[in-house]
Amino acid sequence: MKLEDICSVLNGQLICGSDKTNREVTYAFASDLMSDVLTINCSNLLLITGLANVQTIRTAEMSDIDCILFVRNKTVTPEMKDLAEELGMTLITCPSTMFRASGELFRAGIKPLF
Amino acid sequence: MSFEYKVTGGDFTHAGYASSQVKKMLKQLGVDSTIIKRVVVCLYEAEVNIVAHAYSGTINITLDSEIIAMTLADSGPGITDIDLAMQKGYSTASPEVREMGFGAGMGLPNINANADTLAITSEPGTGTTLEITINLNSPAA
Repeated sequence: MKLEDICSVLNGQLICGSDKTNREVTYAFASDLMSDVLTINCSNLLLITGLANVQTIRTAEMSDIDCILFVRNKTVTPEMKDLAEELGMTLITCPSTMFRASGELFRAGIKPLF
Repeated sequence: MSFEYKVTGGDFTHAGYASSQVKKMLKQLGVDSTIIKRVVVCLYEAEVNIVAHAYSGTINITLDSEIIAMTLADSGPGITDIDLAMQKGYSTASPEVREMGFGAGMGLPNINANADTLAITSEPGTGTTLEITINLNSPAA
């Protein structure tokens, strides 16, 4: 599923990475626990989270995750955006809860890891 | 090659900087991406542990064509029971650390799962040292 389609399904707003909206995502993992994210071994993964801080971006970097979806319209700070742009990541925010966002993306064909 | 990074306790803004630098360096050296991920997961978890639990720390990285050795030494409260600290789910992290997405008692077990060797020494009231090595030529942990 393309990132632009994810935005469309969830009424999401692209925060950065507008040149990568054609990027395909196959899997998603939803968590606010960054230590849990660090145990994941998967490429082509979308991280769905309600945790919005610089360490969310750093954790994605270490986990080779290129796209993060922030639920509940969480605020992406300038520091987060700058770091994500430096790392070539795509950040999206959406108004949905994590449960709804996960459900909508699952229905649209995004696969769970486990 | 060897590198040294300083880490400040409580500074979550800059936590992960050393890990990020090491990741970039290993990529430039053409190290296998699976091994890079194991290295940076170990290093990042350990770096965050210093930020979360200690007053300050130093990261020393040495590598050659065969192996990367990472030593993280901190000044801090230390670990009273290392066996207990190695158990999944055990944590002494503060609520503030948990709000940052860490402190669930997964860090040390995750380091252990990704490292080829892990040695922990600690003196309660003084500090903790982690010595981690990863073979750069074998993807399996």
